Order: sequence, then C-alpha cells, then structure tokens
Amino acid sequence: MAAQEHIRYIARLGDDAVVLGQRLSEWCGHGPILEEDIALTNLSLDYIGQARALYTHAGALEAQGHGEDHFAYFRDEEAFENHLMVELPKGDFGFTVMRQFLFATFAYLRMEALAGQTTDPELAAIAAKSVKELRYHVEHARDWVVRLGDGTAESRERLHRSLEQLWPYTGELFTPDAVDTWAETAGMAPDLARLKARWDDVITAALTEATLGRPEDGWMQAGGKAGRHTEHLGYLLAEMQSLARKHPGVTW
Amino acid sequence: MNMNERFEAYIASDAKIEPKDWMPDAYRKTLIRQISQHAHSEVVGMLPEGNWVTRAPSLLRKSILLAKVQDEAGHGLYLYSACETLGVSRDDLIADLHSGKAKYSSIFNYPATSWADMGTIGWLVDGAAIMNQVPLCKTSYGPYARAMVRVCKEESFHQRQGFQILLALCNGTEEQKAMAQESINRWWWPALMMFGPRDEDSQHTEESMRWRIKRFTNDELRQKFIDMTVPQAELLGLTIPDPDLKWNEERGHYDFGEINWEEFYHVIRGNGPCNKERIAARQQAHDEGAWVREAALAHSKKRAAQSSTHAA
Repeated sequence: MAAQEHIRYIARLGDDAVVLGQRLSEWCGHGPILEEDIALTNLSLDYIGQARALYTHAGALEAQGHGEDHFAYFRDEEAFENHLMVELPKGDFGFTVMRQFLFATFAYLRMEALAGQTTDPELAAIAAKSVKELRYHVEHARDWVVRLGDGTAESRERLHRSLEQLWPYTGELFTPDAVDTWAETAGMAPDLARLKARWDDVITAALTEATLGRPEDGWMQAGGKAGRHTEHLGYLLAEMQSLARKHPGVTW
Repeated sequence: MNMNERFEAYIASDAKIEPKDWMPDAYRKTLIRQISQHAHSEVVGMLPEGNWVTRAPSLLRKSILLAKVQDEAGHGLYLYSACETLGVSRDDLIADLHSGKAKYSSIFNYPATSWADMGTIGWLVDGAAIMNQVPLCKTSYGPYARAMVRVCKEESFHQRQGFQILLALCNGTEEQKAMAQESINRWWWPALMMFGPRDEDSQHTEESMRWRIKRFTNDELRQKFIDMTVPQAELLGLTIPDPDLKWNEERGHYDFGEINWEEFYHVIRGNGPCNKERIAARQQAHDEGAWVREAALAHSKKRAAQSSTHAA
C-alpha cells in the first residue's frame, strides 16, 4: 500500500479542485454576460474533471475500494485538506476573477512541476492534462484582473477590495506542512519556496499592469491543509453532499 | 410582380432568405419574435437546471449537467447572433426580456424541485423542444436554419442524457423510482403545453406556415411527441399521468386527455409558479454585471487610445 502522505497529497489536490469547481459552478446561469457564464462554467468543469481523476487515483493508492464520489460526498469538513482560499464564498465577479488569478497561477505552477516528476507516473499524466487547462485559466483571469483594475473607478475599487480580502489567504499556498515535505523529499512535489518566487513575478507584473499594486504581506491565515476550515466550507459541503448522503450506496 | 409577390414566390421555391435580401417587415418581425423568444428560452432555461448543479449527486452527473447548461448558454449566444442579423441588438432583446415584452418558453416557469427533474427536463422538455426545432433546420431564414442544425444536434444529446438519468433512477431503489415518477407527474402536462395552443387557437400558425418559418402545426407536433414518448415511458416503467391516454388503432396514434388550457394561459400571462423569480434572477445577474461591462468597455477604450497614440 502507498504511504499515507502520498494518498493525502493526491487527495488534497482533488480537494482544492472540487471545492473551487463547486464555487465556480454557483455562477452557472448568473454571469455578468453570457460569454462569461460559459467561461466560468468551463473553468468549473475543468476543476471537477481534475478532481475526478485525482480522487480516482487517491482511491486506487488507498486500495480500500473508495471511488471518486467517496472523497467528494462522503467525507466531513475536517477530512478536506483544501487551501482556505478556494472555499471562500464566490463574492462578486471581481472577487471571483481575482481569486482565480491568485489561485490558478499557483495551481498552474504546481501542476507544471508535477507533470515533470517521475515518482508517480499516474499523477504526472493527470498533471500534464491539467496544465493545459490551467494555462487558460491563468490567462482568462489575468485578462480580467487587468481589465477591471484598469477599467472604471468603481471596478478598480471593487478589485482592490477583493485583493485585500484574498491576500491573507495566499501565505498558506506556499507554507509546506509534513505532507508537502514528504512529497518533496520523495521527488514528487516541487519546492514551494521556488514556486513562490515564480508566482511572485507573475502576480506582481499583472497587479502593476492592473494599476492595483501588490499588498503588503501581513498576517496570513492557515489551517486548510490540517482540516481546520473557515465557516464557509461546511455550507458548501452540506449543499453539495445533501442528495448523495440521503441515498448512500445507490447508483445515479 | 411586386416585391412581396417575388418574395412569396422565392419562399415557395424553398430557397433560403439571407440577411441582406429584401423581406417584408412582417416576416422580419415574426422572425425576431420567434428567434429571440427561442434565445431567451435557452437562457432562462439555464435557471431550473442550474438549481441542481451544486447538488448533483455524483461528480460525473455534476459534470454532465454543467456541460449541458453551458450548451444552453451557447445556444442562446448563436440565436442572439442570428437575431442580430435582422437588425436588432442583443442589448435591446435582453431589455425586452426583462421588461416582459418578449416571451420565453413557459415550461421554465415551473420549478425544478427534485433531482429527477434533471432527467425529466432532458427527456420530456428537450424532447418536446427537439420536435419543435428539427423542422426549423429547414426554416426559410438561412442564419436561423443554420443555427438550428447545431442546436438540434446538442439537444438530442441532452435528451439522451435526461433519459439516462431517469433510467438510472428507475433501475435503482424504490425511493429513486418514486422520485422519477413524482417528477413525470409534475412535468408531463406542462411538456405537452410546449407545443402551444391548439391549431384553431394559434394566432401565428397560418402565416408562419406559408412563409415556411414553421413547417408543422402545433397539434401535429404534439401528437408526434406523444406517440414517440409513450413507448419510452413504458421502457422506463413509469406511468404517464393521463387516464385517457390509449392507443387508437384506427387513427394510428395515441388518444390523450384534455390539456388544462386555463393553466396554460395563466402561465403565459405571468402567473406561473416561477415567472417572477426567473425574470428577477436574470435581471439581477444583468444588474450585478453592469459594472463589469462598463469596466470592460472603459478598458478597451483606454487601450485603443494608447495604441492610436503609439501609432501616431
């Protein structure tokens, strides 16, 4: 059987994807223009697809007969190890695109590194596919951050506020815990400090172009990777899991 | 021959009318009404299904449902574009939807209260829509006909997905099967209403048939839909909630009970269970998106000004 850390590393990649995919799906039918309704749904579909592949892989490593839906639907809050940033409510369109930009840039760099490792070939294959999707996510979000940052006074103000709200959740992305360290030592996961340097470059350049500037690093929130969440995750899971849990074990 | 006679003769020869061709005002107006109504139906139709996206009971079902709702947004886009070739703007069309001037398919004024509704909407509602829409692939206005070819391909895929959802429920537990039956009980009659009023009560049928915008009457399509659907319901093991439904050997069709036309007209007039909510949801999305659209416009003007300065 695979190491516990290995399974957790894969499952938490899935947790990030499923939680963010769920948040994005809340836009379905409510986007600011029809084109963006389609784009946000597309992003959601990509994340749900990534989550399915990652959970399937985690289930296979775990070898206890758990399929993808077990991970998404039949675990409680504290078993989810996603980053706090992805569980925050969707906010306005500015908050959504700012989160997309900050998070997808991180996710892109992480998947790019995972696609190049050889310790877990199944993970490398999932990552290679995900990188192509995430490259588009970064582009899409960056375009909107620049457009809204350098748009009207109102859009700049809204985007600025979202950036301030999200910034304290960026620290957690680059703070390794025991599972990250295990995966890095095993030659699977990238060094988060090196990832951070590249993330900084991309983020700073875009925020400058968007006339927003980069916030000062202050106190950073953390806890997601240890299963300690915001109050928002419980509601997200309650909604997502309600029907599946009412009928455990059935086929849909 | 005057312009009108030439137009009628051209249509009668089954040729396609293209955006720059001359057309009578009434033909243009009828098309704008019908295509925009169709576009609005796609967009409003995203709401009842969107209601279950966040609660879909498996990741696979969630993905399929998201992709389906996304297809509908795409259909809305092509149809608004087809409508724009007739000289109206998408903004004006959307304003007409919000003000209540433009209509959309009344079926979306019914609530989607159970997961089984995702199956029923696909199977019955998309099934009825396909009956209405397949003939439109041959409609006389070129851009509409071409948009419909693509729409119909995707719709028939949706109908199959809907049937699959119900099939899984009907092959499942007693509770799942009851969920499917309860859903059919609610949607059957509204689905039959999707074909519009009886032929003798239809305002637009005669002219639309002559102009080859419509190719079959409401009653013909409704009968065809029932004849196709009843055997599928039998396959699922579901009961259609119509005690008068029975095969008529002589006619070679199913006989069926009387539609509640009072309900039909009430829902059209805005008194359906969700009319107000649907429009309010669309209006809210539009209003909340106003700052985004303004910012995008302001940004593109800034960029255009910068590049013209650089060019100079």
